[in-house]
Amino acid sequence: MAKVPEMELMNKGTTACPGCGAAHAMRYMLKALGKKTMINIPACCWAVIPGVYPSRNLEIPLLYTAFETTGASSSGVRAALNAKGVDPREITVVGFAGDGGTADIGIQALSGCLERGTDTIQVMYDNEAYMNTGIQRSGETPYGAWTTTTPVGSQKAWKKNPKKNMMEVVNAHGIPYAATVSIGHPELMIEKIQKAKDIPGPKFIHIYAPCPTGWRSDPSITIELCKLAVDSCVFPLYEIEYGEYKIYKKPKNKIPVKDYLKLQGRFRHLPQEEVEMIQKNVDKEWELLLKKEEFTNE
Amino acid sequence: MSEEVFRIVIDPKDHRDLPRAVITDCPSHLMTKTGSWRTLRPIVDLEECIKCGICWKFCPDVSIEVKEEGAVVDYDYCKGCGICAKECPVNAIDMKKEADYV
Repeated sequence: MAKVPEMELMNKGTTACPGCGAAHAMRYMLKALGKKTMINIPACCWAVIPGVYPSRNLEIPLLYTAFETTGASSSGVRAALNAKGVDPREITVVGFAGDGGTADIGIQALSGCLERGTDTIQVMYDNEAYMNTGIQRSGETPYGAWTTTTPVGSQKAWKKNPKKNMMEVVNAHGIPYAATVSIGHPELMIEKIQKAKDIPGPKFIHIYAPCPTGWRSDPSITIELCKLAVDSCVFPLYEIEYGEYKIYKKPKNKIPVKDYLKLQGRFRHLPQEEVEMIQKNVDKEWELLLKKEEFTNE
Repeated sequence: MSEEVFRIVIDPKDHRDLPRAVITDCPSHLMTKTGSWRTLRPIVDLEECIKCGICWKFCPDVSIEVKEEGAVVDYDYCKGCGICAKECPVNAIDMKKEADYV
């Protein structure tokens, strides 16, 4: 297992909230990729976290782009490097977007980038809503969650739609490598990102990054929530390499989903039968994933 | 900052005449002292600390360093989230009220 490198490319003094999962996501990703990285960031939490001019938070070149253009701008940066004759294995181009900038607003640019086969890593750090603008629902918000646009009152109008499965969306492009990683397991996360770095072609990384502000959870349990999400199979850790599924972290003892839900204020309103339904759906998805792994590894 | 950064050509011929991207010499820790946000202060018991580095690994604000005497918190930047106290395997870190220290 890869160790967590000591090199820091993220400076102190970020304006992230206390206990921010996105700050972890960037810190570990840069530890994995090293200094020869160029990063594209659209409107998201990370457009705010580095602070204002003239402060410099990340020790790497960074390009801010419009919300929907992460895939397009990282393709452009890669094309410019190609024109200068820079080897893709030498300088890594990364598109680092939130769940809104990847799964909703930025999905066509992402799709274009993957389909053209541009040699980049597209990263989605998934905090399961538009946290930067004030906790609006996104395609990645799970069923049953409270957000400011799915408020809970007498009408019981929590989010009624399931979470979009981005791993399947990107896998449908036939890309060489896609993986889900979690900041609760930094060694595995660094290992998978370093693996993605060495594979030619478009890669996709789905980072699970809790948001204490938007999830209405205590800042101190950010890491614990990640571990619970993996152990309850809400967020399974797996990779898809040339179409072959591999679950690289299987929970030893599967815990009930309600242990994960009860720590978050955004699920506080859910009645017992809804929790049971969520449990049933999680079990179904997990079984399906196990079958996919079995089927593609025959 | 060098003068060349702000070189302005009135009638640019090609990209070489355009001003370059401005890269400042000011890392964010010189500008933003986020320690003032804190309501809880982590206090490390250096006698119990086993220097495993887990608090350093999980600190989202890069504010913990494991030195020879044990884990040392940089109170200028620590926001007091409490992840270090939660994840410490020997419970060597306590979260105390910041008001008692100011």
